Amino acid sequence: MTSQPFRLPDGGAIDRARPVSFSFNGELLTGFSGDTLASALLANGVHLVGRSFKYHRPRGILSAGTEEPNALVQLESGNRSVPNLKATRIELYEGLTATSVNCWPSVRFDAGAVIDVAHRLVPAGFYYKTFMWPHGGWHFYERAIRRMAGMGRAPTGRDPDRYERMNAHCDVLVVGAGPAGMAAAQAAGRDGARVILADERSQPGGSLLNMAANESGTEPGWSSGVTAELESMKNVRVLSRTTVTGYFDHNFLIALEQVTDHLGPDAPARLPRQRLWRIRAGRVVLATGALERPLVFANNDRPGVMLAGAARAYVNRFAVLPGRRAVVVTNNDSAYEAALELHVRGVAVAAIVDHRGRPDGRAVRGAEEAGLEVMPGHAVVDTNGRRRVRAAAVARIDGDGAIAGPTRTLACDLILMSGGWSPAAHLFSQSGGRLRYHAALEAFLPDHPRQSVRCAGAINGAADTTACMREGRSAGLDGSAAPEAASASPTPPAQRQVFARHRAGEARAFVDFQNDVTAADITLAAREGYESVEHLKRYTTLGMGTDQGKTGNVPGLAILAGTLGEAVPAVGTTTFRPPYEPVTFGAIAGRDIGALADPVRRTPMHAWHEAAGAVFEDVGQWKRPFYYPQPGENKRAAVARESLAVRNAVGIMDVTTLGKILICGSDSVEFLNRVYTNAWDSLAVGRCRYGLMLGEDGMVLDDGVTAHLSPNQFLMTTTTGNAARVLAWLEDWLQTEWPDLNVYLASVTEQFATMALAGPGARQVLVGLVDDIDVAPAAFPFMAWRTGRVAGLPARVFRISYSGEVAYEISVPARHGMDLWTAVLQQRSGYEVTPFGTEAMHVLRAEKGYPMIGQETDGTVTPLDLGMQWILSSKKDFLGRRSLRRSAMLASSRKRLVGLKTEDPEAVVPEGAQILPTPPSGPPETMIGHVTSSYWSATLRRSIALALVIGGRDREFHTVHIPLDHGTLRAEICDPRFYDPEGIRLHG
Amino acid sequence: MLLIPCPWCGHRDESEFTCGGEAHIQRPPDPAALDDAEWADYVFMRTNPKGRHRERWCHSHGCGRWFNVERHTVTHDIVAVYRMGETPPDDGDVDGS
Repeated sequence: MTSQPFRLPDGGAIDRARPVSFSFNGELLTGFSGDTLASALLANGVHLVGRSFKYHRPRGILSAGTEEPNALVQLESGNRSVPNLKATRIELYEGLTATSVNCWPSVRFDAGAVIDVAHRLVPAGFYYKTFMWPHGGWHFYERAIRRMAGMGRAPTGRDPDRYERMNAHCDVLVVGAGPAGMAAAQAAGRDGARVILADERSQPGGSLLNMAANESGTEPGWSSGVTAELESMKNVRVLSRTTVTGYFDHNFLIALEQVTDHLGPDAPARLPRQRLWRIRAGRVVLATGALERPLVFANNDRPGVMLAGAARAYVNRFAVLPGRRAVVVTNNDSAYEAALELHVRGVAVAAIVDHRGRPDGRAVRGAEEAGLEVMPGHAVVDTNGRRRVRAAAVARIDGDGAIAGPTRTLACDLILMSGGWSPAAHLFSQSGGRLRYHAALEAFLPDHPRQSVRCAGAINGAADTTACMREGRSAGLDGSAAPEAASASPTPPAQRQVFARHRAGEARAFVDFQNDVTAADITLAAREGYESVEHLKRYTTLGMGTDQGKTGNVPGLAILAGTLGEAVPAVGTTTFRPPYEPVTFGAIAGRDIGALADPVRRTPMHAWHEAAGAVFEDVGQWKRPFYYPQPGENKRAAVARESLAVRNAVGIMDVTTLGKILICGSDSVEFLNRVYTNAWDSLAVGRCRYGLMLGEDGMVLDDGVTAHLSPNQFLMTTTTGNAARVLAWLEDWLQTEWPDLNVYLASVTEQFATMALAGPGARQVLVGLVDDIDVAPAAFPFMAWRTGRVAGLPARVFRISYSGEVAYEISVPARHGMDLWTAVLQQRSGYEVTPFGTEAMHVLRAEKGYPMIGQETDGTVTPLDLGMQWILSSKKDFLGRRSLRRSAMLASSRKRLVGLKTEDPEAVVPEGAQILPTPPSGPPETMIGHVTSSYWSATLRRSIALALVIGGRDREFHTVHIPLDHGTLRAEICDPRFYDPEGIRLHG
Repeated sequence: MLLIPCPWCGHRDESEFTCGGEAHIQRPPDPAALDDAEWADYVFMRTNPKGRHRERWCHSHGCGRWFNVERHTVTHDIVAVYRMGETPPDDGDVDGS
């Protein structure tokens, strides 16, 4: 353990009584409770913390907060590991383990750094220019590039932590607990409003935490007093460690609360690791502050180059010296305060280099009075040092920022820079608010809001604490008073010197540190025609890292504007999009994982299916038995056995999942006439009929059998997957187009358990189970239904068939489902009843040439395409009817349903395969259709397939060609009714 | 996420609703009398205004009722909500009807 050589003997908001040991890149170090990983590393003199994304250059800690582009680490290992976290945002806990990302084998000796030597070979757009050959080659290169470009590694195992989601409503949501936000929350809270105050840090205070006590501009104890008051108010909820990351329509915001991240693995199990807040706010007060910008000069990315405000935070909040000898370079006054505070705490300030020709003001005079050397009209033009900055080269610059004098080298181990401040207007922009460019501050400020939102404090350009508090109070109270104009701010605005153009194209001056975008990259992109900021961003990746360009975007825009000879507002800014900070997938998923990800629907007979070893198929949310393999059987053998049982004896299938809609009311017949293609006037009570539904575009929507239960009452069945959609479709028409119809709908799918008994023995099995239903063919014909008792249970029996065999569907109240199922299996008719699954049913219906919704249809198939002209009534209108007369629907180029027999009867074609009229001869091929269903038919002892083919049955007996990965299959177009085309068995 | 005032249930999150597209498109009483272009206009063509737009919404995860919403497609402000069959608020600025 080291002695934290850069820790000051006193001060800071750390708990010196509680030392904390942690490990960084395998080295054991010590910090204090209250440290961030970044401050603890600096206390130990560790500045080299990572390698950059593209060039693998050594990088240090640039900031002290959420804007950090460099200091990315992989936190912990194993399944709790999180990649690419900012060291400046990780609170230190006992035993913390972190490693650098983006380097191999180690951060000090990184093999990838050879790219830095060859950097001229990898300019902006390098990947787009280089890896596009040969065609499709990108997929090959991408894996290697991803590994090289690194970033952290996502854990591969299951996340052991728990995440939660919370919904909250409030009158006022205050984002940011600096002086403005605290004043806003206090004012709103005293006013009686329901307030939520969210802040990303561990405690309220914001910038006050980073300032020396005498510099804060507040009375001593103001911050802790307000915090205590807020916590005592019942109508105020303070959410610390909570980052508001997204601002959506109608004042809906998303915030991520890091509940136990700061406790590490020792967190109490009763608490979630993170909590995603979904907040609906009456009003929003954005007091999100401002982020300091770097200056763009050659080699401005070496470890030891830091934002001036960050250095202030490390000295004051953490009592850490980020260096011993500093060069300060700035274009505004704020860095002077940092310089003075560091000077007071023992840092030698070699010089304050000011881009401005005649800096003036309280802070400047203060520095001069303290004996610090100020170099007006100068800039840092280069730096020295490999893993740590060792010197700054300083030169006089002219009004355009060009070097105008000899360079002077200043030895230092720290360069503090301040390129002015960018208001954190991200959330305001996300909310739809317009930004305006403030020339003197060189910053985009909130302008016209689109939602009920007010901004307060540094986000408006306010520079002193008193103004921030005043704005906060006003915003928190009524939200009507206009924000104080930024120009009224007592701090003199910076001069326009964001980018000093020295040796452009030679050494690299970084703008986006995380993505290694240099000033030269931006000028190159502009020369190549990427003049729009949105294009520039995508071409150079400026601002596309995990930090989303919080520090570098505005300097980048200024460089683009300078290259194009335009003003910054003319160039504009890229769109701010959520999230403001990365959000973990765990928090987004919350508890909706595993069994809770989606509801599972099971039929009353599910336990039997499970016990019988069924393989299940997901159909919508339903679990349906796919097939029931017996010991030693594979899928093909099981399906063959089941389908043969239905053809030769009798099978039973659980069809509970089919949608059931009860239709009541005196206009039910008229309603059915409108939604189905066929006529329903003549359907007697006790009978049922197959119906086909179309969309208004004429495409097949769904099908099913509807039974006439009693006068004014029908029971409609739908396909399993479409049940909810059909009910919504019918409701839509009833409520919005036909409110005059006296019709009421109710879903009764789950009220009944239904099973299909199918096969030549079905009648004999049923005879043994009923005593009050006459099942003789004459008394109970095909497409009739009867009510009575089956196995002693109240039942409706429908004589309908999807297999082409004699079949009955028996419905009982759901609670009797299991009883009936077991009774049927145990009956003693002499027939063994074989349970069959959906796959056998698919085979059976395909043998009959029955199209299946969602298999033969895909929303582009009409009844004419399916050869179902017979079901289209010519005597009435129905939904979609007019579309069938459109010329395009009658065109000979439409694909129509056919059967396919492969030349090799053993070959089962994959579904979806393309069909060619001639043997393949190389692309482009003429494709005339595709296979929609394909099975091994045990009944026919050959493979069968259904297909949609241009010309349809006109091509009957023609040979077509089906190219596959390995060779081409030949097949003959045929009648899709492979089995019993006359339908004799159905009535048997 | 929009906050939609269902005329039957009050303000609810958008995730409880289904949007049914442009409102006040009446099904032609005699489709057979229409030529292809007229029918296609009814089935396929919708206005897509930048501005105020009248739409059908269904409180599908609530009361299940359809109703009309007048929404500004840029700001997402909900200008008016009215039940099926009710007269839309009289306003000449609406682009969607």
